[in-house]
Amino acid sequence: MIPAAFDYHRPNDLNGVISLLQEHGDDARVIAGGHSLIPLMKLRMAEVPHLIDLQSISELTGIDSGSTIRIGAMTTQADIIDNASLASSAPILKEASLQIADPQVRYMGTVGGNVANGDPGNDMPGLMQCLDATFILRGPNGEREVKARDFYHAAYMTEREDDEVMVAVTFDAPKGGYAYEKQKRKIGDYATAAAAVIISKDGSTCKEASIAMTNLSDTPVFCAAASDSLIGTSVSAEDIKNAVNSMIDAIDPAEDNRGPVEFKKHAAAVVLSRAIERAWQRA
Amino acid sequence: MNDMTPDRNERQANLKGLGSSRKRVEDLRFTQGKGNYVDDIKLEGMLHGDFVRSPYAHARIKSINTDAAMALDGVLAVLTAKDLEPLGLHWMPTLAGDKQMVLADGKVLFQGQEVAYVVAKDRYIAADGAELVEVEYEELPVLVDPFEALKSDVVLREDLDPKADGAHGPRKHHNHIFTWEVGEKEATEQVLDSSDVVAEEMVYYHRTHPCPLETCGCVASMDKVNGKLTLYGTFQAPHAIRTVVSLISGLEEHNIRVISPDIGGGFGNKVGAYPGYVCSVVASIVTGLPVKWVEDRMENLMTTAFARDYWMKGKISATKEGKITGLWCHTTADHGGFDACADPTKFPAGFMNICTGSYDIPTAYLAVDGVYTNKAPGGVAYRCSFRVTEAAYFIERMIEVLAIELNMDAAELRRINFIKQDQFPYTSALGWEYDSGDYHTAWDKALVAVGYDDLRKEQAQRVEDFKAGKTRKLLGIGLTHFTEIVGAGPVKNCDILGLGMFDSCEIRIHPTGSAIARLGTISQGQGHATTFAQILASEIGLPADSITIEEGDTDTAPYGLGTYGSRSTPVAGAATAMAGRKIRAKAQMIAAYMLEVHDDDVEFDVDRFVVKGAPERFKTMKEIAFAAYNQAIPGIEPGLEAVSYYDPPNMTYPFGAYICVMEIDVDTGEHEIRQFYALDDCGTRINPMIIEGQVHGGLTEALAIAMGQEIAYDNMGNVKTGTLMDFFLPTAWETPNYTTDHTTTPSPHHPIGAKGVGESPNVGGVPAFSNAVHDAFRAFGLRQVHMPHDHWRIWKTANDLGLHG
Repeated sequence: MIPAAFDYHRPNDLNGVISLLQEHGDDARVIAGGHSLIPLMKLRMAEVPHLIDLQSISELTGIDSGSTIRIGAMTTQADIIDNASLASSAPILKEASLQIADPQVRYMGTVGGNVANGDPGNDMPGLMQCLDATFILRGPNGEREVKARDFYHAAYMTEREDDEVMVAVTFDAPKGGYAYEKQKRKIGDYATAAAAVIISKDGSTCKEASIAMTNLSDTPVFCAAASDSLIGTSVSAEDIKNAVNSMIDAIDPAEDNRGPVEFKKHAAAVVLSRAIERAWQRA
Repeated sequence: MNDMTPDRNERQANLKGLGSSRKRVEDLRFTQGKGNYVDDIKLEGMLHGDFVRSPYAHARIKSINTDAAMALDGVLAVLTAKDLEPLGLHWMPTLAGDKQMVLADGKVLFQGQEVAYVVAKDRYIAADGAELVEVEYEELPVLVDPFEALKSDVVLREDLDPKADGAHGPRKHHNHIFTWEVGEKEATEQVLDSSDVVAEEMVYYHRTHPCPLETCGCVASMDKVNGKLTLYGTFQAPHAIRTVVSLISGLEEHNIRVISPDIGGGFGNKVGAYPGYVCSVVASIVTGLPVKWVEDRMENLMTTAFARDYWMKGKISATKEGKITGLWCHTTADHGGFDACADPTKFPAGFMNICTGSYDIPTAYLAVDGVYTNKAPGGVAYRCSFRVTEAAYFIERMIEVLAIELNMDAAELRRINFIKQDQFPYTSALGWEYDSGDYHTAWDKALVAVGYDDLRKEQAQRVEDFKAGKTRKLLGIGLTHFTEIVGAGPVKNCDILGLGMFDSCEIRIHPTGSAIARLGTISQGQGHATTFAQILASEIGLPADSITIEEGDTDTAPYGLGTYGSRSTPVAGAATAMAGRKIRAKAQMIAAYMLEVHDDDVEFDVDRFVVKGAPERFKTMKEIAFAAYNQAIPGIEPGLEAVSYYDPPNMTYPFGAYICVMEIDVDTGEHEIRQFYALDDCGTRINPMIIEGQVHGGLTEALAIAMGQEIAYDNMGNVKTGTLMDFFLPTAWETPNYTTDHTTTPSPHHPIGAKGVGESPNVGGVPAFSNAVHDAFRAFGLRQVHMPHDHWRIWKTANDLGLHG
């Protein structure tokens, strides 16, 4: 648990970060909260000759909430939990953040780190897919936008280029009911299965639905078919079952210490059913 | 004349002696970050060691190339078995009479085994150096299943002659270590054959690990000028470590000083000797500089003393009314690559023969076969007093299985089989003499406290509701009545490496009426500095606040066998009381002289000696202490000191009644502990607050073990749970609320009647949690599933029982 030697950089602005990334290429990594990267470095599973600390870059922090919400990449989960305006405009973020790790980790863990790293265990990527969020990346040629639903290719493999930095996430304030349901073995654990659900209502039928699952594949899984299957229904037990079945077709869990594939699929079905029920009640 | 003094009760309270919930004196430094742990020790010129460890569980070592590591700036030495061989230190004796490689000698037998030791100027360079050591392995077939190991042609221990006896008698197979038998085999089998009812089950207690917050480590410092070696380390038995270091290094024992500083939890993990200690000592001798070695978390989990891994095949028989007639157990014990259990020499399976538990079982038989596999060595750790947890889990599961077989209430089955109060001292069928107990009283108190009858009614209703589709949650009521055996132990049958398991206390009273007492034990969080002072305060009449307790420095403390197996209070606590009584006896003579009466005419009264019949004439212990140093008393040596080496006449037998009420979500496998009631009887209670803390901690460990914690291996011998991400260590969030309670049945042979409590909650807690899980599914036909009861395994149980529709 002793990392190899590395150079530590702490630029004051994004241009400084990008020029370091250009200079060192593969040999450089940015560090936000560090809760994924530092253990990998200590295990010597990640070699990072140049570590670029983002904590002095003030433009990366902050939450703007209105009809469109923008959260700076260096905003911590604790900041999200404490932001009253965000809690009212997009309460699913608080509900999900409270299920990430523990308070100590949440004081360090950031939105940008959580979504940019591509760790399938992280909660924010699935949540961002559920919200249909957009990620803002900045590189040598300026900023570009990537949809959260297009960002993840495989575990730790994302749309982000080596010389780009995650700057912020933006999304429209969600309408209707919401739920983030997560089963985990203990505090601090990744999900055995987690479901993010947003549903809006028109009278007694479902108008819009969005479902994304976490840690049930090597990327977060936005379940388009499952989401669509709810639209126009009264979200009866039967409708939920249909959505769950569509979701099961979309995930591809792997066996690990949390259990065999069959159990993971079962847990995914349980958390999604519960999430839909809760979101529908809140819709 | 003496002043008027506070009344007797007030004087007693001022002492903060036995029974006082005195605050822990240690906590002042621990809570302010002022503790002094091994890793806090920084000596001039200190070097750092790090291991190259095997990625394979079983492999031959073709070559080791240390050139690149040696070429790294700051690396001073890289030790391999070849370097240690000329010193005879490439292997070391284990506490179980086996031997263990210090550094891989030709092959490796478990993942994480020590292969080379890099010594460097700082910790980072040591780690960089370790990465540069090139080791070429040839993989060998891996054996992780002890039953398979006993059948396999693959020879794990090529160093052992398969035909020669092991340390505990004949070996049946090249991967077999020992067979240990207790009780009457034929008589037990006859009873089983002729009884109305026999229940049979395989009870597996999985491999786990104590995972103390502080990992193992040491600093070895050889002073080449005076020839003295100082060894600081996380040692639960510093004196025994000194003797072992002397025996294997050839250094004379007086030239070795072993110091255990503050220790951040031990739980048995820090009893044995590890390769890191030997390598650090050698490196310090070679370089003439101090060498520090401290494990990281993964090294601690993967390579140091594990716990359990017992496959216990059981048969229990009874009359149709439920009176138990016999108990049979055959255990297959997975010891890993080397037999490094820290058991008393004559007990290769520890005190597993306490497996008759709290019950009057007339006939019993136990056999244990130890087996080598490709797993880490160790095996007796984790708050268990030498396999008592395994024994308690076994019998408490067998009782539940028998209750199912008899279609009886498990609480009632226990009640009709308890050893009765008037049967003590009670000799068990497997040879122990239980000192004292009152099981019925404890049991009834527990059942009333939780409202047992109502709980059963609620449970029956819940089963109906579940079957009717009204709920997906089941209710389990986990019962346990455990009997422990602790306080090893009588020298006539308990020794480790030939060292009798007595313990010791040495007291010096200072002229002004304060004192220092030193013991052969060492606290790792138990609060010895607080509680031993309380024992002394009551014995010698000086306030506990005026008594310093010191342990862990072999140059100053008297010899003792250390702290594990709940032995400190039963053995060193007894030594403390006995030494205190020697002080008091001398004080009586001094008081009589001062009061100008005969010795027999004064009597002890809380904090003073008074003239019988004339209570206004007295001398306080404070006055007596000064007199011991300031005047010549005819026939009495100056000073006031005493030492006692205590050889206990018997073990002590703490017991308890635990009840766990658990809700189980059949769909997710998640659980919620609704209520946990723990009644402990540890004899005389020294400090109720510390007992409560011990019980809370032990129950939380028990929760972990029962509900998720394990050292799991895949078929290749890879450790699957080598980090705290996967190895379950409960936090405040997972920890339920506990209700503690007690009865007090003193030990008749212990000077103050105390029995020890450190391990009770782990011993009794695990079956209580596990039985709750089993009990929740009893109505659906479950008899036995293996721990840990984590989500997916509970889900699988429900699934196998057809509860997912």
